[in-house]
Amino acid sequence: MSGPALVELATPKRATRIDEQIVEIISDSGEGAQRCGQSFAAIAARSGHGIWTVEIIPAEIQPPARSVAGASGNRVRFGSRPITNGGDEVDLVVAFNEQVLLGRVRAGELRPSATILLERMWRDDRDPSIARSYAAAYDELVAQGYRVIEIPADRECRRLVPDPRRGKNMFVLGMLCSIYSFDLELAREQVALTFGKKDTKVIATNVKLLEAGWAWAEENLDLKYEMPSMPATEPQIVVNGNTALALGVLASGMEICAMYPITPATSASHYLSEIFERVGGIVHQAEDEIAACTFAIGASYAGKCAVTITSGPGFSLKQEALGLAVMAEIPLVVVNVQRGGPSTGQPTKPEQGDLLQALFGTHGDAPKVVFAVSDIEDCFYAMITARKIAETFNTVVVVLSDASLATAQQPFRRPVFSDDWLVPPVDQSEIPAGAKPYDWDPTTGLFRRFIPGQSGGMHTVTGLAHDRDSHVAYDHKSNEEGLRARSLKLAALQRTLRCPDVYGEPDGDLLVIGWGSTKGAIEEAVDRLRSEGQKVSSLHLRFIQPMPSGIGDVMKRFARVMTVESNWSDPTDHPLIDGENRRYAALAMLLRSRYLVDVDCWTDVSGRPIKPSRVADAMRAKLTETTR
Amino acid sequence: MTLSVTQCLLAATDEHREIADFQVGVPRWCNGCGDNAILTAMQRLCRDEDLAPERTVFVSGIGCSSRLPHYMRTFGFHGLHGRSLPIAEGVKMARPDLKVFVSTGDGDCLSIGAAHWIHAIRYNMDLTVLLHDNRIYGLTKKQASPTSPIGTKSNTTPKGSYLEALNPLTVTLGVANVSFVAQVVDWIPELLYQVISAAYRHKGLSFIRVIQRCPEFMPGLFDPWMQDPQRTMLLRHPDGVVPSAELSRTYRNQRDHDPRDLASAREVASLEDPIPVGILYSNPTVPCYEDTRHAGAVRTAEQVRRGLDAELDKFTIRALEPAVG
Repeated sequence: MSGPALVELATPKRATRIDEQIVEIISDSGEGAQRCGQSFAAIAARSGHGIWTVEIIPAEIQPPARSVAGASGNRVRFGSRPITNGGDEVDLVVAFNEQVLLGRVRAGELRPSATILLERMWRDDRDPSIARSYAAAYDELVAQGYRVIEIPADRECRRLVPDPRRGKNMFVLGMLCSIYSFDLELAREQVALTFGKKDTKVIATNVKLLEAGWAWAEENLDLKYEMPSMPATEPQIVVNGNTALALGVLASGMEICAMYPITPATSASHYLSEIFERVGGIVHQAEDEIAACTFAIGASYAGKCAVTITSGPGFSLKQEALGLAVMAEIPLVVVNVQRGGPSTGQPTKPEQGDLLQALFGTHGDAPKVVFAVSDIEDCFYAMITARKIAETFNTVVVVLSDASLATAQQPFRRPVFSDDWLVPPVDQSEIPAGAKPYDWDPTTGLFRRFIPGQSGGMHTVTGLAHDRDSHVAYDHKSNEEGLRARSLKLAALQRTLRCPDVYGEPDGDLLVIGWGSTKGAIEEAVDRLRSEGQKVSSLHLRFIQPMPSGIGDVMKRFARVMTVESNWSDPTDHPLIDGENRRYAALAMLLRSRYLVDVDCWTDVSGRPIKPSRVADAMRAKLTETTR
Repeated sequence: MTLSVTQCLLAATDEHREIADFQVGVPRWCNGCGDNAILTAMQRLCRDEDLAPERTVFVSGIGCSSRLPHYMRTFGFHGLHGRSLPIAEGVKMARPDLKVFVSTGDGDCLSIGAAHWIHAIRYNMDLTVLLHDNRIYGLTKKQASPTSPIGTKSNTTPKGSYLEALNPLTVTLGVANVSFVAQVVDWIPELLYQVISAAYRHKGLSFIRVIQRCPEFMPGLFDPWMQDPQRTMLLRHPDGVVPSAELSRTYRNQRDHDPRDLASAREVASLEDPIPVGILYSNPTVPCYEDTRHAGAVRTAEQVRRGLDAELDKFTIRALEPAVG
């Protein structure tokens, strides 16, 4: 064989102790890197490590093989402490071909001198152009200072299976388990779980591949790490954000989910479709987004609060229907798993671009509750909270997630089911004579909704302006009374909310405010700056409409305030941009208008989960900026 | 507890409702508007079928037709333009115990709500759907609708509308799972009632196109048909509508049509003049989506707990391993 030696010097191994690591496994679509990454993460979690995984997804179902844009796989960040985000740059990457690897290198995802384990089969490819491109990439990467180790995964797997394209991933999994000193027996169990639905022969083959990868790495690699684990307390579950959402829907007592397929929200409905019927629930795939929303409204109207799950474009289509639910005061839970926009935008990429749409997207004054989830556990409990608020306040509750939470995995304490999560039976009691269907409480705007089946409760709800009898009313008094009541409900809810705790000290030089999926990255950046001696803290908002009291007081205790968001804001260093025309990030705009505080913003729309190092850089820059 | 026959009879009498029990408000439709005839037929149906007002829901979209729920003393949902069908489907899926009716217009159903119309036929939920087809937009003041005859002068087509009218019957009869299609005209109340009654009793989605007059914006459109009974063709069949002797005296143009015959229904549906009236198609064996999806299944807290726990088991990682090394 030609080319560099397959392996580096095999010396007796002494494991290097590490506290944290970021590993990526990438391949062409369909080669199983995602499954490898998920299994690896599960083994890491079961070994007592904190984990966070990020899916690397090409935009197409079958992108061309060996293409720079076609990388499919998983990033796994694991550590000896809880991990709250995907982190910065990769320490070690396993690539099934050099092209998908180049995609990651060019995107700046690898740290300098990162270790690369690269499938070497391409070096001897019959197609000379492939062999050439492999050799060129190899040389380029070595020249850039990466530690490139060529691995003969294809050759080794061929000894065990006829088609190494199916199976290489488990070989790599075995390798990684060896490198990170994971328990091989635990890995075998995980493989059995991963292929649990398949027959025992499939499991046995994959276990063999796993063991082969392990043995090969033990014999041929001088990479060996070990990581202290955290003491176990309670059972944990490991799921991604969309699965957590679906589990939350099930736990919330809701019985109907109406949806229309849209990336990156659909996987929540996929999983729900699999499990919902067993507990008497129904996932209805409607003919379009509007039908999904109005179907859910019909179900809610009839007494069973329903949920519709979508993403940005679908959320836009639902806006008129959301206004109807607000106007007729029908409970409804809407989940928007945000993606890059506008228009079709970046369907598989995370962005927090829909906050203002969630608050103001409906025509007229349509107050609704909007809150954002910030980690995987949140995705689960959000559904229970949302349903309860929707029914208590007879209103629309919008839950904002995004593409980075949708596919990210993070362990959390296993939920313990409570009967309180469920809904009481549909109220079919008689309505006393003279009771009005919109008997708005003058203080809170709340009223008791009459459900079909309640004798004496007959009335027609309408999206037209109406009075307390639900009669169409165009007079100004009725119109104002309705508007006031619907608005007051938000104030009533707001009185029950608590300001989130400040992360870090209660005062200082800089406060960073965030919302949604950026929480982990922001708090990690705060930790880094505090360890540098900077007086920085962060505040992470859950409820954005209504916003809890006390945020203004928190802001006053800091010299500078800045939001960190994953949406667009104009850069201040552009010649056309000044204080008069700068377009601020969504939350910054809201905070500025409510509190009259000069809230700055730093935003990232790279289509990647926000990185703690970039947040830290932005904070450092803000700290050195002279006060305006 | 047992009741005497007299008590039973009393109870039965007590629960009997009159038309007035289903009336509320004063309809704001124009004089001579076909919506009035439909409303009257619906109220009569509710009385004759002795529907419990609290278990009856009238859903509508937006437009003149869609004001109908406001005049029914039942539950009602006056929804969004074009969206009456998905709202009604949601109601039925959540509560299959409710009787659900839908009032929609030619603009509401065939234009802005066209996608929902096609798919509602396919879902075949047990709904009674009335297409109030006056062949014009009324509430927005005279614009051409999908069923406006070509050449209709309207505010958006001052030189006459450009396109051939859409035939809602042929389209409906072309959709998978179609289970009941009928056509009636507002000026034959007896037939209107008979057809609505059959539609209500049909299990599945019954789609009734009611050709109706709009004296305000389409005055005289149907005069030739009203003046010449021969231009109306009654479809008769023992399993469909059997016209009364009185009706038959006026409407002598009759055709035997078996409502189970889909091919024949499609042929009849394509007739424009004479206007075919009666039940074109009826097939009670088409499965209803709410039954297929087991709507209304009883679910207990215990069932949900077990379901959730079984799922959580799949994702639970066992008590953590001791530190590596």
